[in-house]
Amino acid sequence: MEAVDGNAIGGLLWEVFGTEMTDAASVCGSCGAARLVAELAVYRPALGTVVRCRSCDSVLMVFVTIHDRTCVDLLGLAALG
Amino acid sequence: MAGTAVRRRLTWQVARVSAVTAETASVRTLTLEVPDWPGHRAGQHLDIRLTGEDGYVAERSYSIASAPGEPVAITVERLDDGEVSPYLTGELRAGDELELRGPVGGYFVWEPGDGGPLLLLAGGSGIVPLRSVLRHRGRTGSTVPVRLVYSSRTLAEVIYRAELDRPASGVEVIYTLTRSQPPGWSGYARRADAALLAEVAWPAAAMPLAYVCGPTSFVEVVSQALVQSGYPPERVKTERFGATGGT
Repeated sequence: MEAVDGNAIGGLLWEVFGTEMTDAASVCGSCGAARLVAELAVYRPALGTVVRCRSCDSVLMVFVTIHDRTCVDLLGLAALG
Repeated sequence: MAGTAVRRRLTWQVARVSAVTAETASVRTLTLEVPDWPGHRAGQHLDIRLTGEDGYVAERSYSIASAPGEPVAITVERLDDGEVSPYLTGELRAGDELELRGPVGGYFVWEPGDGGPLLLLAGGSGIVPLRSVLRHRGRTGSTVPVRLVYSSRTLAEVIYRAELDRPASGVEVIYTLTRSQPPGWSGYARRADAALLAEVAWPAAAMPLAYVCGPTSFVEVVSQALVQSGYPPERVKTERFGATGGT
């Protein structure tokens, strides 16, 4: 599956965080790479959304939505915002 | 940065299609009447949501094709195996309704005060947000010099061709056709890569600002070539939309 950019999930991120997030800074919890959310690698398999570091490929964020509820896993991030 | 934008809720709303325009055989522009539209910036997206009779929901993000201040429009390429684009390009008619939310995006956006010169690089339907940038430049009276490099497989697949063939003063449009070229074609006929960019891109010393939008492979090749030629990475804004079509 090919990655798109964090730009593509601006709507989802807004829904979760309540504001525009594509221009927020993120820091990878594994390698420390600092990038804007818009620049992260986004994979959208059928079940949800996986956001990975473009430097080390670690999973940074996972979003799964079912029946209008979104489960969010941000454990791969050292910092966001 | 995040948080500096005016806080507003991002909610789904019903828009009405006011016009459907054929751009190429497989690309349509949908002009939309959105009752509660807060205004957008050049380069932003909106999300479209389709709900099937069985309750199945499909969402897609599309770049906004129109300039700030113009009626909201999106340009959609039909993907034959897509869930959303065949409906948007084949079934929707003027007067139909559509669920959307937006605008979204704070990174791949351009304002006249961002400096330049501007280098816009489009692969296929990656031209859509860059067309919003070009129109915004025209409407705001910006005189920033622009080079648009537009890679398309064939001339028939060039979107907005009538508009791009009559560029505004200070805008150069450079086509490259990668699959086939009409007889007498005088433009480029190869992939956008480091060698082509060495011929057409602003030199890094001019402190250009680059926007690259297209399929992943196009964006990777072009953005890496620009950075290797001396463009600071933060002056090369990218938007990948996957193998083909919308994000």
